[in-house]
Amino acid sequence: MTPSDSEQTKTQQPDLMDLAQKRDLMQQRVAASLKRRHASEKRFRLYGMAAVTVALSFVAILFITILSKGLPAFWQATLTLDVYFDPEIIEIDEKPVRQPGESDGAFQQRMLAWQTDLGFVNFNRIILNSLAEVLPEAPRYQRDAMRLVTSGERFGLRQLVEDNPAIVGQTLRLKLLADANVDVWLKGNIDRSLPDSQQQLSARTRAWADELAERGIIRNQFSTALFMNADSRSSLASAGLAGAFMGSLMMMLIVMFLAVPVGVASAIYLEEFAPKNRLTDLIEVNINNLAAVPSIVFGLLGASVFILWFKLPLSAPIVGGLVLSLMTLPTVIIATRSTLKAIPPSIRQAALGIGASKVQSVFHHVLPLAIPGILTGSILGVAQALGEAAPLLLIGMSSFVASVPGSPFDQSTALPVQIYLWQGNELRNFFEARTSAAIIVLLALMISLNALAIWLRRHFETRW
Amino acid sequence: MNTMQVSFGEKKDNAAQAEHAVKMSARDVKVFYGDNEALHGINMDILENEVIAFIGPSGCGKSTFLRCLNRMNDTIDTARVTGLVTLDGKDIYDRSLDVVQLRAQVGMVFQKPNPFPKSIFENIAYGPRLHGLVDNKRDLDEVVESSLRRAGLWDEVKDRLEAPGTGLSGGQQQRLCIARAIAVSPEVILMDEPCSALDPIATSIIEELIDELKGSYTIAIVTHNMQQAARVSDKTAFFHLGNLVELNDTREIFTNPQDSRTEDYITGRFG
Ligand SMILES: Nc1ncnc2c1ncn2[C@@H]1O[C@H](COP(=O)(O)OP(=O)(O)O)[C@@H](O)[C@H]1O
Ligand SMILES: [Mg+2]
Repeated sequence: MTPSDSEQTKTQQPDLMDLAQKRDLMQQRVAASLKRRHASEKRFRLYGMAAVTVALSFVAILFITILSKGLPAFWQATLTLDVYFDPEIIEIDEKPVRQPGESDGAFQQRMLAWQTDLGFVNFNRIILNSLAEVLPEAPRYQRDAMRLVTSGERFGLRQLVEDNPAIVGQTLRLKLLADANVDVWLKGNIDRSLPDSQQQLSARTRAWADELAERGIIRNQFSTALFMNADSRSSLASAGLAGAFMGSLMMMLIVMFLAVPVGVASAIYLEEFAPKNRLTDLIEVNINNLAAVPSIVFGLLGASVFILWFKLPLSAPIVGGLVLSLMTLPTVIIATRSTLKAIPPSIRQAALGIGASKVQSVFHHVLPLAIPGILTGSILGVAQALGEAAPLLLIGMSSFVASVPGSPFDQSTALPVQIYLWQGNELRNFFEARTSAAIIVLLALMISLNALAIWLRRHFETRW
Repeated sequence: MNTMQVSFGEKKDNAAQAEHAVKMSARDVKVFYGDNEALHGINMDILENEVIAFIGPSGCGKSTFLRCLNRMNDTIDTARVTGLVTLDGKDIYDRSLDVVQLRAQVGMVFQKPNPFPKSIFENIAYGPRLHGLVDNKRDLDEVVESSLRRAGLWDEVKDRLEAPGTGLSGGQQQRLCIARAIAVSPEVILMDEPCSALDPIATSIIEELIDELKGSYTIAIVTHNMQQAARVSDKTAFFHLGNLVELNDTREIFTNPQDSRTEDYITGRFG
C-alpha cells in the first residue's frame, strides 16, 4: 500500500459526519446560484423580447407611414365632364381605309398624313368648351380654366378620336384627370393660407376647383393612370408606373432565365461533382466574396462590359437584367449549395449502393429533395434583384423615359429607380404621395414573391 | 498477420468447406485516407453463400474494408485503394469493370436505415427499374412483393405500399433497405452494423432474416456486437488497427482464438 492510500482510508471514517454538512452547504450554494441563473435567464429573455419589440415597431412605423402617405395617391382628383367632339374644331378627313391593291407603304403614308392632321386639332379648345358648360366664366379666363385639367388629357381625347373617328359630332361623358396642383389643393396637401405668390394655382383656379369639388364634378376617383401610364413630366397628374413596371418585369424575367439556371447548375456541379481541390476552394471563396460585393460595383461592371464592349443600348432592360443576373448569381449559388449540403449523405449512399451512377443519384434523389430550398433561394435572389436601384443608376436607367418599353432593348426605368426619380421631383406636394404609392406597389410585389417562396417551400417539403 | 495467414490456410484445406467456392477475395489491400494508411494490406477470401462477420474495436477499419468490396470508397474524395479485390476471380477495380454493375452484384445495407423519402413501393422498385431488370408493371410488382417477402416485411406493409418508407419504424426501415438491396438480385450483401441503430427486438428480427438469407447470398456483416457475430456468422474476421489479425470459423474464434489480441477483445479486455 502506498502512503497516499493509507492516508485516504484514515481520513475517510471521521469524514462521514462532515459529508452530510458538506452536502447541505453544497445544496445551499446550488440554490443560491440557481437564483442567479434564473435571474439571468429572465433578463436575457427580456432583452430578447425588447429587441423583437423594437424591430417590430420599426417595421410597423415604416409600413404605417408608407401606407398613410401612399394610399391616398391611388385616388386622384378627376373631373367628370360632358365632352362635345365638335366637328367644327375636329376638321379632319375620314380615317383612311386600306384600298384593295394598295401597297403597305402607300397606306401607311396616307395614315400618317391623317394622323398628322389630327395632331393639329386643338383639343384644348374642346376641353375648354366642356369646362364652359359647367363654368360659364371659363372662356374668359382660359389660362386659369385650363389649369384645372392636366395637360395630358388632350392626348387622351385625340387617342379616342383616332381609335374611333365616329365619335366626332357626339357628346361623351368622360373622366378627365385634374391637374396635379388641383389634386394637391383639394387634398389639402398645400397650406391654404399661403399668399397668392406662393401658390401654384391662381386664386381663380383655386376657387373653381373648390366650387367644382363642391358640385361633385371633381371627385376623388381610383387612378388607373398610376398603373396604365408611363412616367410624364409635362402632365404630372398622369405620370404612372407602367413603364417602370414593364422594365422591372423584363429584368426579373432575364434574371430568372439567366441567373437561376446558371446558378443552380454551377451549384450542383460544385457541390456534387467537382473534385475538392485548391481550384474549387478558390472558386468557393470567390463566390462568397462576390456575394458581398456592393451592388453598385456590378453596375460599374455592367456599364464597362455590356455597354462599352458589347455595345448594348443604354438604359435598356437587357443590360439591367444582365447586371442584376450577375449580382444574383452568387446568391443563387450559395443558397443552392447550402440546400444540397443539407441533404443527408445517406440518401446519396443509398442510391450509389444500389448501383445508381453519380448523375442518377443526384438527379433522382438529391435534386428532388433540394427543389424547395433551391426555389426559395432563387425567388429571394430575384426579389432582391427586383428591389435593387444602385447598379441600374450606372447603366443609365435613371433617365426619364416617357414610354412603356416594348422590348428589352428599349429605353426603360425600373420600379426602384422610378421611386428614386419621383422622390426627386420638384412638385413635392404631389409626388411625395405618389412615391409612397410606388413603394407600396414594389412592396406588394416583393411580398407576393416571398409568399410564393414560402408557399413553394411548404408545398414541396418532404421529410427524410 | 502471420496468424491470419496460418488460420486462413487451415480453412482452405478444410474439407468441410470445399463445396464453397471463393466468392470474393482481397490481396494486400491497403486503403489511404489522404496520407493516412487506414488498412495495412488485408488478405481475405470470402466463400460463396457464407456469412462472414467483421469484428474489432472501433476505428480498426472494418467499414473501410467493407467499402472496398463494392467500391463505395470511390465516393470518398480522399480515399485511395491499392491491392487486388476480386469478385468471381475478376478484379473489381479493373478499368473495364463498371462500378454500377458491380454494385448491382454487391449490394449494401448501411448502419443507419436510409430509405429514400418515397413510397415503400418506390424504394424497392428503384433498383430493378434502374438496371432494367423488369419489362412491365406486373414483373415489377412481383419483384417488389418477393423482395419484401424475403425481407419479412410483406405482411406488415402490403396494405400501404404507397405510404412513405420513412414513416416505418427503425427496424422496418432497415428491413426495407435489405429488401431494396435484395430487389436487384445481388450475389453479395454487405451490411455495416445494420442493427446498431435498432432496439433488441428489431435486432433479433434482422438476425433471423440474415439467417434466412444465408444460403442464397454471400453476406459480410460488420458488427460491434460479439453475440451477434456468434449468432449469425459462419466465419469471423477480427480486425485491429488496420490489420486483419485473425480469420477463422466463428466457433473457433470464440472458443479458441489463436491471437492474444483476439482473445483480449473477445473477453472484453479492450475495445
Ligand atoms: N472518410 C474518411 N476520411 C478520413 N479518414 C477516415 C474516413 N473514414 C474512416 N477513416 C479513418 O479510417 C480508420 C478506419 O475507420 P473505419 O473503417 O470507419 O473503422 P470502423 O468501421 O472499424 O470503426 C479510422 O482511423 C478512421 O478515422
Ligand atoms: Mg464502422
